[in-house]
Amino acid sequence: MPLPGVVPGRTGNYRSDHLLVAQMVKRGSRVLDVGCGDGDLLQLLEGRGIDGRGIEISREGVNRCVAKGLAVVQGDADTDLVNYPDDAFDYVILSQTLQATRQPKVVLENLLRIGQRAIVSFPNFGYWKMRLQLLVGGHMPRTENLPATWYDTPNIHFCTIKDFVQLCGEINVKMERAVALDLYGRPLRVTMPWWFWNMFGEQGVFLLSRAEKAK
Amino acid sequence: MTDLQSISSPAIHSGDRAHEADHPTSQVVRFGMDQPLKLDCGVDLAPFQIAYQTYGELNAGRSNAIMICHALTLDQHVANVHPLTGKPGWWEIMVGPGRPLDTDRYFIICSNVIGGCMGSTGPASTNPATGKVWGLDFPIITIPDMVRAQAMLLDRLGIDTLLCVIGGSMGGMQALQWTAAYPNRVFSVMPVACSTRHSAQNIAFHELGRQAVMADPDWHHGRYFERDTHPHRGLAVARMAGHITYLSDAALHRKFGRRMQDRELPTFSFDADFQVESYLRYQGSSFVERFDANSYLYLTRAMDYFDIAADYEGVLARAFRGIKSRFCVVSFTSDWLFPTSESRALVHALNASSARVSFAEIETDRGHDAFLLDVPEFFDICRAFLESAGTARGLGRGG
Repeated sequence: MPLPGVVPGRTGNYRSDHLLVAQMVKRGSRVLDVGCGDGDLLQLLEGRGIDGRGIEISREGVNRCVAKGLAVVQGDADTDLVNYPDDAFDYVILSQTLQATRQPKVVLENLLRIGQRAIVSFPNFGYWKMRLQLLVGGHMPRTENLPATWYDTPNIHFCTIKDFVQLCGEINVKMERAVALDLYGRPLRVTMPWWFWNMFGEQGVFLLSRAEKAK
Repeated sequence: MTDLQSISSPAIHSGDRAHEADHPTSQVVRFGMDQPLKLDCGVDLAPFQIAYQTYGELNAGRSNAIMICHALTLDQHVANVHPLTGKPGWWEIMVGPGRPLDTDRYFIICSNVIGGCMGSTGPASTNPATGKVWGLDFPIITIPDMVRAQAMLLDRLGIDTLLCVIGGSMGGMQALQWTAAYPNRVFSVMPVACSTRHSAQNIAFHELGRQAVMADPDWHHGRYFERDTHPHRGLAVARMAGHITYLSDAALHRKFGRRMQDRELPTFSFDADFQVESYLRYQGSSFVERFDANSYLYLTRAMDYFDIAADYEGVLARAFRGIKSRFCVVSFTSDWLFPTSESRALVHALNASSARVSFAEIETDRGHDAFLLDVPEFFDICRAFLESAGTARGLGRGG
């Protein structure tokens, strides 16, 4: 990432969601970054002693990653994750990409098959500015971070934080950590209730693991 | 064959080519009867020799050696004037000071493959047991045989581990075979425009080429050297057919279109009216000057037999199980001889083996031959991959 339709907030040299993701990953672990874009997150992770691999759909992105010495392959989250064996990674990261996949549920299931844990971040369509634009303006929402119009956006499966939490329940996923970030990439206060996050979180970042299977 | 009569007889005397096969203008290592090359066909080849070129300096830690594996119709003369044709090396664009394969930093080795005709033992070499040219008495060789011979060369040079093995096409097959056969001797590997097995279509094209050679009356069942002749027309046709597969529809159209050669109107004959015909005939006739017809048969056969997974119950991932080598797989969009799908299958198998792999598909209309041409994106990737491998192996900036 970033996808053409997403302009993320930044903290210093790094995207704020990347810094948060990097905090969630233990040192020395093996990480697959699905939709790794220009490899910024992978570089951040490798700088912290993490063995990182990437998948990126755009040829230009892949070539820039390889030119940075990163281990990145050209591929598509929707079609290529099936080729990875179970438990191949400690973490699989899907950063600002879920909403652009054709089958988000299948992708999410694959993330937690390949990795012990998954870290998923996505723009929250329940964000108040989105709601307001649709309610008052009567048009499909566009924000600073999601500037694309409805007819040229790669984001085909928008969801709200509430929707995502519900999906996690349906496919037996355990939420280890959830953080909502505001427009500037700052975490909202942990004590706030879900409805508040869903209204004021501009994006959600979730650390997920497999729930114990019922026997 | 009347329409091929304009393919000229070779300008280089076959005696020069024969001399090069036994006494190459290259460094040579010779292996005696006590060090046979154990071939896949069951034959122990001994004695035999390997001709090779090197560029740059081996560092004190012996950690900066890169092996280039050459393609079917190329040889060890990567970055020096070719002793037969007088033309520049085939990868001068890639190998040299400051180039992606930087000779100020790396020690580059390229050897003529076993079965070749530029100084490593092959069908054009003299069989010491008979004093005559091997011809078809030479045993069938395989890609693993080529790599085994290269490993023996490395032993002789006192190099344990290669920083990288890099090769395109048949060279890429050898690079992959290196990782399967000697995983601990290969720190990184760059297979370019290749496949883990030769496809039916590619075997078919090779068969076409071989039949063209064998249909030439000058072939004499492979014993043309005894009659001081060479099936140059058959080999030229093989080269022409092969050359088409190395290009692409778009590249041919861009380069030649339907333009006429030195004329305005068609001659209503089978003369080379079109530029593309003239070009192909030139490719054919210049190839036969430097290449031995039997060697072409042997090397195409070696590629046909290549199928890494076959040695691992057909499961490709098992060939790379537990491998530590870093991979950088490269394909080209317009390559229809070794299409991207073949590289992608390799990448999937490497992922399944948890190998550290990069994979880039490079957009170009130049077809399979793109790896030999000026494609800056490919150079950038090659340079960066080698640099990161070098850094990971503790190579200083100066080598």
